[in-house]
Amino acid sequence: MRQMKLFLGPQHPGMHGNASVHIYAEGDIIKRSYLLPGMLHRGFEKGMERHTWMNNIGLIPRVCVVEPDINEMAFAMGVEMLANIEVPERAHYLRMVILELARISIHLMSYGGLGGPTGLYTLMYHAHADRNRILNIFEKITGHRVYHMYIVPGGVRKDFPVGIENDIHEFLNDLESRYTEYRDLGIENPTVLARIKDNIMLPESVVWELGVTGVGMRSAVNKPYDLRKVKPYARYSEVEFDVPVYDYSDARNRVDIKLNELVQSIGIIRQCLEKMPTGPVRAKVGNGQSMRWTVPKGQVYSCVESSRGEFGYYIVSDGGTHPYRVGVRGASYPQGLLGIEKYMPGTRIDDAPLWIDTMGVCSPEIDR
Amino acid sequence: MKKVNSIFTPWRLLKYLFKKPITIPFTKIFTQKNANYLNQNSIIKLNSRLDSEPREGADNIRGFHTNDWEECIGCGTCADICPTEAIFMAERLELPNEDGKLQQRPTIDYGRCCFCALCVDTCTTDSLKMSKEYIYSNSDPDAFLFMPTDTFEGQKVKEGYVKDEVSDLLDLKRVENPHELPEERKSSFVEIVRGYSKEFARLEAARCVECGVCTSACPVHMHIPQYIKAIWEDDIDGALRQVYETNPLPGVCGRVCTHNCETSCAIAVRGEAIAIRWLKRYIIDSAPDDMYENIILEPVSDVIDAKVAIVGSGPAGLGAAYYLRVMGYKVDVYEELSLAGGVMRYGIPAYRLPDTAIDKDINFIKHIGVNIKTNTRVGRDITMDQLEQDYDAVFLGTGFMKPRGLNIPGADHNRVVGAMEFLPKVREFERGNLSLEDIDVAENVVVIGGGDVAFDVARSATRLQMLKYGKSSVKLTSLENEDSLPATFDEYVEGAEEGVEFFCGNGPQEVVVENGKILGLKLWKCLCIFDEKGGFNPEFDKECEQIIEGEQIFIAIGQAPDYDYIPESIKDKISINRGKIEASIDGQVKDVPWLFVGGDILRGPDLIGGVSDGHRSAKAIDAYLYENAKKQDISDSLKAMREAVKESSPELTIRQGGKK
Ligand SMILES: Cc1cc2nc3c(=O)[nH]c(=O)nc-3n(C[C@H](O)[C@H](O)[C@H](O)COP(=O)(O)OP(=O)(O)OC[C@H]3O[C@@H](n4cnc5c(N)ncnc54)[C@H](O)[C@@H]3O)c2cc1C
Ligand code: SF4
Ligand code: SF4
Repeated sequence: MRQMKLFLGPQHPGMHGNASVHIYAEGDIIKRSYLLPGMLHRGFEKGMERHTWMNNIGLIPRVCVVEPDINEMAFAMGVEMLANIEVPERAHYLRMVILELARISIHLMSYGGLGGPTGLYTLMYHAHADRNRILNIFEKITGHRVYHMYIVPGGVRKDFPVGIENDIHEFLNDLESRYTEYRDLGIENPTVLARIKDNIMLPESVVWELGVTGVGMRSAVNKPYDLRKVKPYARYSEVEFDVPVYDYSDARNRVDIKLNELVQSIGIIRQCLEKMPTGPVRAKVGNGQSMRWTVPKGQVYSCVESSRGEFGYYIVSDGGTHPYRVGVRGASYPQGLLGIEKYMPGTRIDDAPLWIDTMGVCSPEIDR
Repeated sequence: MKKVNSIFTPWRLLKYLFKKPITIPFTKIFTQKNANYLNQNSIIKLNSRLDSEPREGADNIRGFHTNDWEECIGCGTCADICPTEAIFMAERLELPNEDGKLQQRPTIDYGRCCFCALCVDTCTTDSLKMSKEYIYSNSDPDAFLFMPTDTFEGQKVKEGYVKDEVSDLLDLKRVENPHELPEERKSSFVEIVRGYSKEFARLEAARCVECGVCTSACPVHMHIPQYIKAIWEDDIDGALRQVYETNPLPGVCGRVCTHNCETSCAIAVRGEAIAIRWLKRYIIDSAPDDMYENIILEPVSDVIDAKVAIVGSGPAGLGAAYYLRVMGYKVDVYEELSLAGGVMRYGIPAYRLPDTAIDKDINFIKHIGVNIKTNTRVGRDITMDQLEQDYDAVFLGTGFMKPRGLNIPGADHNRVVGAMEFLPKVREFERGNLSLEDIDVAENVVVIGGGDVAFDVARSATRLQMLKYGKSSVKLTSLENEDSLPATFDEYVEGAEEGVEFFCGNGPQEVVVENGKILGLKLWKCLCIFDEKGGFNPEFDKECEQIIEGEQIFIAIGQAPDYDYIPESIKDKISINRGKIEASIDGQVKDVPWLFVGGDILRGPDLIGGVSDGHRSAKAIDAYLYENAKKQDISDSLKAMREAVKESSPELTIRQGGKK
């Protein structure tokens, strides 16, 4: 049969960000596929070497557009480990609120992402509208909707504004009250289910082969491997939450885990707001003005659980004002770059966007 | 059944049709101005009814910048931190040229800005803020490059992100420099400030933002940011090099300079100035002699055939001598007293400036070949005429070393003493050349004056009293009030710590003498010091009279020059105005072109001003002698040519000046 080359690019409603997939199809079955991560976010790691420990925060969040906070957190934690800095107690909780709000927002986005490929735009609109409300909260806390630049080495940049807790509670209560509705609309909807159940599989062997972490791994291997549990950072050891798992990773189960995690995040945020002590929110990283902060010689790998899995920063300091080298482990690298090439073939063309959405692919963290 | 039901579940969402939307209508995010623009250019058709109410950003939003030009000092720290290099500092020469401010303001390229607000967090003055404005459209790409002012698009706008204590990226607190405690120090002349350790110096140096506002304020334009950076990098060699570029008396200046630099330091706008002076001292205190050897000898040129005489070895004389010698001139410095240094040696007390520090600086000046002839008074041991004959140029830096008297009843008493009569003796005592008995200090003394010299007298008297009587009683009175004393604040604080009592805001009227003994000083309250025209013309309130007790009165109301050494033949050609000699900006006396002046007799008022005069005059002398030499050269070669022509063709008569 004649092979047809298709370009699933950034303009496609089911595509994420500026990435694209080159598809070679026979009929409607994909025979070969390659990811082109977009080349818009090239050279970030190198760029970090040219920024000081502090003004790197202008660059670092950009490694994942939709969930920038994990970058800030992993970087900040790394610097804190190198410089042996004790982060103030309150800052830990503020950071967790931000990270979990971000997790909800990106799970919503990814859930809404089912809308485009399945033609159920209502789902996308609703999910985005709700994500937008989280961005409103971020705007109030950090001054920006997308690139927050809020979690910084030493703590956070500023304390929460007065009264923001009410906004957060109000949003969480509302989201919670509409949770069943959300499920009914998408994952319980037979039309959608027909597309995602027993489809777009991720076998355990592939998880081990590629090094998939996060939702993908948890849905396939039935093990609660979540860094917040196995290697708790911030104050995740002080809050209660479950890590949902499956032993069968089809698209439906992966989506289901995300929705469950969303509920868990709501719980974590509520506990944080209740438990957070008053007090300082930032410790000093270095001496003098920020452009002369130095970080002791050494190397460190710090990682956090992002919505797509283990997200890590490998940082080397030569004792100077700038990082000597930074390497980022983007959580979507295994499935996004290698997976698309090796395991997307065999999928139907119309399932490709669902593949990308449910596997969790964020192009800048591949590009960086 | 369940399946059928679930097919209809999405329809439940129809109810949202009747709810208030939570999203923001597209039309509402535009300002009127932007909407008009978009409509006009047919970019987007907007409903004009809806577009007038743009959504307001959050209170904290990082929108477009505003910058208050009055507050902004043009330090450029915002430009340095910007991660996207979006800011550059644009020169604005129409801004006033004042100490502590640079004539430039930040310009932001919004094609690069990522709205991180790091510039706001690091702004030294708080002038830079962000507004709630976040929408701006224009078809001209250049319009995205502009200088923020306190308005946005010509309109007052609401404040968005501003820095707070937590987000501040500067370090506003000075690193303590250990001081001797008042109780211990007031019985000795031990230096009060102990000096930074390496660790502390580097911590302090880390606070500097390298803006260079200090450099413009410093009379010799020292390379301050550069040497502070070198300290921070633990590069003493580099730091010392930077220092000697502009100042041959760094050990002295590192202790007692009036530090205009610190007054204008950008960090001082919101916090404590960088301890520039102590850092300079740290460089000198920690540089080993062999390091000096290379650094100060390297730029020194071989001696050329031109000689300059310098009269007076104060900072002006030494400054001129150093730079002239570096340029290759043979330099002789004539000093009346037995030690070189001027006021540094004979005025400023040792607890502020020990001899060791002066020696270190002066020894290096001698080491490069400056010849200092002490115990040689010009006008007595050698005349000015002699100098004119023996040298190609003469520089005068004879300072204001004479005490100035006060014209009130009783002031002719022999226990009414001028500051510059007393302080040289104090220094000689400290050197062991005089004993305690040789210096007259009463148990209760009064000091008249509110400047640094008055404090030097008061605090020196305190020390002598402690040594002599085991207790001290010093009263200081000045026309100025305590909050407007001309003395530096440190002097006031330390004087108070040492027990000096203040009677500020009063004018002395009479030294009360009974039976040949001073009982005290009569004071009237001072109502104002200057008249409407700004002239010195104090007014007093007679009703508010008091007599403060004391058996000895010190007068520290200024010093005077001594021009006896200048012969009348020269005096006729120079004009002296309020004790100062009139000369060009670089010290050349108009009608006596071989004569240059500097230091207190030209400008004053401090050491670094003297060094600066010396440096400037050295360059002017060089230029003057170079011009002379050129003329000389030309006439020499002309002569040689004539000789040659005469020899080869004696029959030719050489035309002179075009005439036969
Ligand atoms: C008590 C006191 C404290 C001060 N404290 C400070 C301070 O902390 N910081 C600061 O920056 N400034 C201070 N000043 C001001 C500063 O000392 C002077 O501005 C500065 O010393 C002026 O330098 P100069 O080179 O003009 O002359 P001077 O330092 O006054 O030196 C003049 C020299 O010329 C010599 N001389 C005069 N006539 C002859 C002659 N005919 N032949 C040969 N030699 C002659 C004198 O003996 C003297 O050594 C102080 C001044 C005084 C009086
Ligand atoms: S907001 Fe950030 S990117 Fe923009 S000018 Fe300021 S420092 Fe530069
Ligand atoms: S940091 Fe502040 S004071 Fe300095 S130039 Fe920038 S805006 Fe002006």
